[in-house]
Amino acid sequence: MSDVRKVLIDPIVDNNPVTLQVLGICSALAVTTSLLPALLMCIALTSVAATSGAAISSIRHRIPNNIRIIVQMTIIASFVIVVDQMLKAYAFETSKQLSVFVGLIITNCIILGRAEAFAMKNGVGMSFLDGLGNGLGYSAVLITVATSRELFGSGSLFGYEVLPLTSNGGWYEANGLMLLPPSAFFLIGLLIWAVRSVRPKQVEHPEYQIHEVHRTEVL
Amino acid sequence: MEAYINLFIKAAFVENLALTFFLGMCTFLAISKRVETAFGLGLAVIAVQLVTVPVNHLIYQYLLRDGALAWAGLPDINLSFLGLVSYIGVIAALVQILEMTLDRHFPKLYNALGIFLPLITVNCAILGGSLFMVERHYDFGQSVVFGLGSGFGWALALVALAGIREKLRYSDVPDGLQGLGITFIIVGLMSLGFMGFSGIQL
Repeated sequence: MSDVRKVLIDPIVDNNPVTLQVLGICSALAVTTSLLPALLMCIALTSVAATSGAAISSIRHRIPNNIRIIVQMTIIASFVIVVDQMLKAYAFETSKQLSVFVGLIITNCIILGRAEAFAMKNGVGMSFLDGLGNGLGYSAVLITVATSRELFGSGSLFGYEVLPLTSNGGWYEANGLMLLPPSAFFLIGLLIWAVRSVRPKQVEHPEYQIHEVHRTEVL
Repeated sequence: MEAYINLFIKAAFVENLALTFFLGMCTFLAISKRVETAFGLGLAVIAVQLVTVPVNHLIYQYLLRDGALAWAGLPDINLSFLGLVSYIGVIAALVQILEMTLDRHFPKLYNALGIFLPLITVNCAILGGSLFMVERHYDFGQSVVFGLGSGFGWALALVALAGIREKLRYSDVPDGLQGLGITFIIVGLMSLGFMGFSGIQL
């Protein structure tokens, strides 16, 4: 039971695929200008991660080693096509907003990385949970970034007005920078800073350290 | 001609794949510690992008598009849902072919690029380029220029970031920001700089 817990919960903060392993940031930034597309993207990625993990794990003994990447890619691509078609059928407007980024789940390093590192070595159930856990870790980052971008950039959440804008007679002056690409980078940078201040174990060490010179050494 | 130059500038600077669409970020952050390696990877991306976007254009135009199979007597077939699998297959295959050709004819370049070539298969900038080409309905000439421009812009951003990070090695960064954190902030600033290009047209 503790194993299941570990596989599922660990990737959310302690071993987060985005902030610690630097995986899958490609799409994490582009869809976060408002909350609804970000949420759909999270659901899409999590379901692809979990199902493709389970599928790859179930045939892991039959995949020849030297063509495994192509086999994994094909399996992942098939699941992404299913998700893409579902989104087009049930959430057409939002899927237009997500544009190419649903397709780019195929090359999202989280999915391939988990397939390579976990699903090829573990059982079907565990691989499913591992995919689910990593998807949730990715979602945690995405939702945080999307919430702050939509709230401060357009004063709303899910399109409902939360902070009344000055243009509509309210008091909040919308911060246009939040809707532009650079703010996503800043927010993730600050998020990483916050996570690493809470979990000092994740801090990277610099290649060169400037030594502090004490007065006695100089003399 | 002017339209092509315009498209090139737009693809390379105004809509830079890395800095405005966040594509290829994983490699972008991982391989930007040294200028030399960044330069090698940049060249490889330009080469692959220049080939894959036009090839995927032909595949989309003559095999997958709605009614594309009219030349084979099957005008009612729409295979565009197979797009994703085909593009990624083409990219994987082309990268493999490029690797073998370089190994056979340009061993120097092959050794310089080293492990980056196979890594390009999973670079979202490449697949993203093909998907944008389909979404924006480029014709063949445009897709060649778009491939070249977007690859060039990505490589430019990568080399610039590597230059900044080399200088940054000697600076005193707060603990939690060390490494990944500060890199994100720098990329944010670079992206802010590239926004200055927006609106430029010939």
